[in-house]
Amino acid sequence: MISSQLLNTIQLGVKSLLLHKLRSGLTMLGIIFGVCSVIAMLAIGEGASYEAQERIKRLGSTNIIINSFKPPEQNQDDTSNNRSFEIQYGLTYDDAGRLQRTIPGVLHVMPMRIIRENIRFGRRQEPGQVIGTLSNYPEIQGLEMARGRFISQTDEKHQRNVCVITAGLAQRLFPYQDPLQSTIRVQAIYYQVIGIVRETGTLEQRPQRSQTDGDPVDNNVYIPLSTARSRFGETLVRRNSGSFSAERVELHRIIVKMRDTDAVIAAEPQIKQLLTRFHDQNDYELIVPLQLLREAEATKRMFNIVLGSIAAISLLVGGIGIMNIMLATVTERTREIGVRRALGAKKKDIITQFLIETIVLSIGGGLIGVVLGIVTPLMVSFFTQMVTVVTPWSVILAFGISGLTGVVFGLYPASQAAKLDPIEALRHE
Amino acid sequence: MPDPEAIIEIKQVEKIFQVGEVEVRALRGVDLSIAEGSFVAIMGPSGSGKSTMLNILGCLDRPTRGQYYLGGEDVSQMDDDTLSTVRGKRLGFIFQSYNLIAQLTVIENIQVPLIYQGVELKDYEERCQELAALVGLADRLDHRPTQLSGGQQQRVAIARSLVNDPLMILADEPTGNLDSQTEQEVLEIIEKLNADGKTIVMVTHEDAVAARAQRVVHMRDGVIARDVQN
Repeated sequence: MISSQLLNTIQLGVKSLLLHKLRSGLTMLGIIFGVCSVIAMLAIGEGASYEAQERIKRLGSTNIIINSFKPPEQNQDDTSNNRSFEIQYGLTYDDAGRLQRTIPGVLHVMPMRIIRENIRFGRRQEPGQVIGTLSNYPEIQGLEMARGRFISQTDEKHQRNVCVITAGLAQRLFPYQDPLQSTIRVQAIYYQVIGIVRETGTLEQRPQRSQTDGDPVDNNVYIPLSTARSRFGETLVRRNSGSFSAERVELHRIIVKMRDTDAVIAAEPQIKQLLTRFHDQNDYELIVPLQLLREAEATKRMFNIVLGSIAAISLLVGGIGIMNIMLATVTERTREIGVRRALGAKKKDIITQFLIETIVLSIGGGLIGVVLGIVTPLMVSFFTQMVTVVTPWSVILAFGISGLTGVVFGLYPASQAAKLDPIEALRHE
Repeated sequence: MPDPEAIIEIKQVEKIFQVGEVEVRALRGVDLSIAEGSFVAIMGPSGSGKSTMLNILGCLDRPTRGQYYLGGEDVSQMDDDTLSTVRGKRLGFIFQSYNLIAQLTVIENIQVPLIYQGVELKDYEERCQELAALVGLADRLDHRPTQLSGGQQQRVAIARSLVNDPLMILADEPTGNLDSQTEQEVLEIIEKLNADGKTIVMVTHEDAVAARAQRVVHMRDGVIARDVQN
C-alpha cells in the first residue's frame, strides 16, 4: 500500500517536471555535467596512473636496482684540467659480493655490465647495448624466451662467446635467415646466437637514438658476464669531437632480488649504508620500484582528492541550481499546495511530493551523467590512444552523490512548501 | 454536549487574529448548528467574518475559543495532521476558482483526496468514473483542466468533493466565476446532491444564489445577524 502510494508520488513528480520540460532539462544539466565530469576525469586519471604503475611493477616490486653513474663534479674537473683522464667510478664486483653476504633477505644479486655498441651481422648494423649478466637473469627480470635458451652457468664459466638477443633485434639483423646458430659481431668479436627473448619494452634503458626517433626498440644482446669482462675489459674509451675520455667501470648495474616486499623496505637503508662506506663519491643511485610504486599511489591519491573536490564543487553548483528552481516552483505552485492541503494532504505529504521531485531531477541527471561519463572516456581513448579506466566505485560515488544532492537541496524548498498556511496558499494568486 | 441531530455544532466560537499590535476579532462568539441533509447559505459583506467561519468549518483553521463538533467529534483543538485527516475523510471542498491541479487529468483530479487516505486507487476507479458521469464529464476523463471550460472545471471540482463520501460539502462562492447559464447548471447539480441527502454549506454574496438554499445565515461584524429559513 505504501509502495503504491510512493509510486503515485513519483509518477506525479515526473508529470510535474514534464510540464516544464526545458526548465527541468536545464536544471538537470548541472547534475549531468557534474556526474559526467567526475567519472570521466577519474577514468582518465586512473588510466594515466595505471600505465605508470604497470611500468613500475614490471621493474619488479621485490627488486632493488643500483645503477652506476658518473659523479657530475668529477666530470667537470676532468674536462677543464685534463683532456685524457681516466675516470673510475661506479659499482664493483666487491660491492656485489658484499651485498650478497651482508644484507639479510637477499635471494639473488645480479651484477650487470651494460655497454653501448653497434651490433653487426654481415653488412647490417644496429645500435644497441651489450649486457653482460648471469644465467638467472630472466627469472629475476621476468624475461621470456621466445626461442632457444638463455646463457647457462657453463657459458659463464668458460667465458663462451654466446649471446641471446631480443626479438626485435633478431628481426632487424636477420630478416632473411634463422638467427639461431648465426653469429653477430660486436667490435671485432663474434658471438653465436643461442636464444631469442621477447621484447621487454621497459626493462632496460633503450639506446638513445631509437628513443628520439620515436621508435621504441630494445636492441639488447645478452652475453655471459665473464665474457663481457674479458672481451670488453673494464675501461671504455669514448671519442668525442676533439677529445676522448676513458671510463673505468666494473659494473653498470646491480639488481638485488629480495625475498619479499618487507625485506625490500628493511634492506634499502642497509644497502645505502653499506655502499656509502666503500664509495667516497656519490657514483651510484638506488632505484626501489616498490618505493616508486608507493609514491605513484600517493600521487594518485592526491590526484583523486583534487578531483573529488572538483566533483564536489560541481555537484554543489548543480545542487544549488536545483534548489533555486525548486524554490521558484514552490512559489509558483502555492495554490496547488493549498488545494492539496485542503483535500487532506499532511505536511509530510507535501514534503514527500517536492522532495521526490528534486530526487527525480537529480537521479535522472545522475543516470544521464553516468552514461555520458562512461562514454566520454571511451571517446577519449578512441581519439587520443590514451588509456582510460572507468572504475565501478567512481560510478557509484558520482551517482550516490547526485542522489544525495537531490535530498540535501530538496529538503529546504520542500519544507518551505509544507510550512505554507493552507488558507494563505489557497488565496495565493 | 453536541446535539445528536446536528452534523455541525458550533458553540461560542471566537477567532482572534493578531495583526501586528492590533487584535482583530473576526468571530465574536458564534453559535450555529446544521442538521444532516440541509443546504445552508452563509451571506454577509466583506469583513463580516464569513470567510473565517468557512475556514473553521472546513477545518483549515482552529477557533481561538469555543467548540466545534463535526459529526459529533470535537475538532476545535486538533493538531495539524489530525485536521488534515479530518478534511480528507469527512469534508468536500468546492472553490470559486475551481482549483484543479493543472498537470493532472480529469480522472486524476477527482482521485486527489483518495491519495492522502492511503487507499488503493485501483479499488476506486469505478467510483471515480461514476462521479465523472454524475457531473456529465464521462467522455472527458483524460482531458486536462486547461482543455475544459469554467463550468466543466467546476463540475470536475464537484466530483472531486464527493469522492471521499464526505459528511458535508463546503462551497466557497462556487458560481462566482461562472456566467449565468453555467451558474444554473452548477447550482442544479448542487441541489441534486442535496436532494440525494448531502449536507451542503455554501458561502455566497448573491441573493439569487442564496435563495436556492433552504436556510440563509447572515453574518455581520463577527456574529450571526439573521438566520432565515427559506
